[in-house]
Amino acid sequence: MSATRRTNLVALAVLLLSVAGAMVTLHSVDQLRQGVVAQQALYVRSSNALRRMSLGYTGLLADIYWTRSVQYFGEQHHNGSGEYRLLAPLLEITTELDPKLLPAYEFGANFLAPKPPGGAGLPAEALALIKYGIEHNPNQWRLYYNLGFLYYTEFKDYAKAAETFKQGAALPVTNEFMPILAARMAQHAGEFETARMLWMTTYQNSTEGPIRQNAVEHLVALQVDEEVTHLEQVVEKYREQTGRLPSSVGDLERAGFIHGTPLDPKGHAYKLMADGRIEVQDPEKIYFITKGLPPGAAPPQPQAAKADSK
Amino acid sequence: MNSRIGYIAFNTFREAVRDRVLYNLIAFALLLSGAAILVGQISIDIERLVVVNLGLTAVSLFGVVIAIFIGIGLVSKEMDKRTLYTVLSRPVRRWEFVVGKFFGLTGTLVVNTFFMALGVFLALLYVTHRFERMDVWVLVALYFIVLQFLIVCALALFFSSFSTPLMSAVFTFALFVIGSLSEDLRGFARITHGVGGWIATAIAYGVPNFSALNVINQVAHGDAVAGRLILYNSLYALLYSAMAISGAVLAFQRRNLK
Repeated sequence: MSATRRTNLVALAVLLLSVAGAMVTLHSVDQLRQGVVAQQALYVRSSNALRRMSLGYTGLLADIYWTRSVQYFGEQHHNGSGEYRLLAPLLEITTELDPKLLPAYEFGANFLAPKPPGGAGLPAEALALIKYGIEHNPNQWRLYYNLGFLYYTEFKDYAKAAETFKQGAALPVTNEFMPILAARMAQHAGEFETARMLWMTTYQNSTEGPIRQNAVEHLVALQVDEEVTHLEQVVEKYREQTGRLPSSVGDLERAGFIHGTPLDPKGHAYKLMADGRIEVQDPEKIYFITKGLPPGAAPPQPQAAKADSK
Repeated sequence: MNSRIGYIAFNTFREAVRDRVLYNLIAFALLLSGAAILVGQISIDIERLVVVNLGLTAVSLFGVVIAIFIGIGLVSKEMDKRTLYTVLSRPVRRWEFVVGKFFGLTGTLVVNTFFMALGVFLALLYVTHRFERMDVWVLVALYFIVLQFLIVCALALFFSSFSTPLMSAVFTFALFVIGSLSEDLRGFARITHGVGGWIATAIAYGVPNFSALNVINQVAHGDAVAGRLILYNSLYALLYSAMAISGAVLAFQRRNLK
């Protein structure tokens, strides 16, 4: 082997070993400093300073900050830490850098508003974010929809929700459900129908897989809640007529209150409990349900998803 | 354009290609295709925005870096290699040499931008599956970026006509940064009074206005660009480049080449 060839081989070996070693070391450093990187980004909290530092390329910087917000939320959600103190400032910087970045308002508000573990439990911050969005994008019906949704789900403020849907319905480009939602909110009627309409609108107007999946899961949960409510009303009627609780779902069928065995959306029969309550067979498999659960059980939530709060 | 300027411009272009300047297109293609594929995985609902924002920002910054680093060497390299003396010993005037170099460099950047624009539109097609009417405004943003290159090339050439390559790079880059913040500077000038106000206004109007040439974020959202802005920006870029090239010619005419 010539001296040159030997030198080349040694150099190549050193190169490969160094690359591998550097990667392993970097991985160890990352493990050691987990979470630090996202926090460092917020050493600059002023969007004006960032705007100047970006030399006018604010669009790209806003995209980067939005991606950081999504990653931060996803990571905290995945860790189950329930600690989201950087989320609101990250979204604030994102939207100040690019006030027209609609996904940051729409999804950002839905990261912020729901209670943990689904979200950050910061509905006031979500409200401020969406209002800032409407201020800068007054013709976007989606933002009015999100604001109305927020008033309805987080604040139970039907009057403001109705007013917001009404404003959204009056825009030149809007959604067919907006005037109906405004009317329903004003009447404060048909809880299941209203909620179903909200989730249907979310499903139809999103192209993001996780968002649509989340809407489907909420629609399924609504169906279960409605069916359990209906079945418990039937049980109550049976008790009123016969003076006793039914011993099985078959009793209800034989008495002509229902036709066939009622099944939940997963295909399992509903269980009739001794005290007349109705429960689903596998509550862990149907997320977000509020009815049909064992006494004291919390509504089941899906684990770690990128954007499953809405 | 007279034929001597044409020859110098063509040779400048050929030299830039020989110097592997267009290799930046590989980095650009990797950056854009990577972003187009990855961003859907790590972010939400901004695929188109990222392709436009990242694509046009990269076109702009890559081009500015090329304009500065090639522009500053256009004169000094010819002097170091002593090829300048061969050129000027022929019936070529100094101003023709400077103008030819300017056209050669801007030509290189236009070709470079053309291929990058193709990349941007291909990436756009990949993420959106079809072109929309609003994508026309991306072309306007690309045109503004080319106007930006005209000014940067002219400035680099101006500084290199009387200064060292290192100092020319520093001056040109500094003017690029200040020019990118020129709208802030004019805002500052408006609220300053007295002598300070006059000085601030003079500086604000003296530095190149790159802010108005940056409509990347606007077109990323599909917003239209006013026809008058296109006209005024075109005029402004031509006039500012002409100003800098005239300055370069004046400086180069007086330069002692012995």
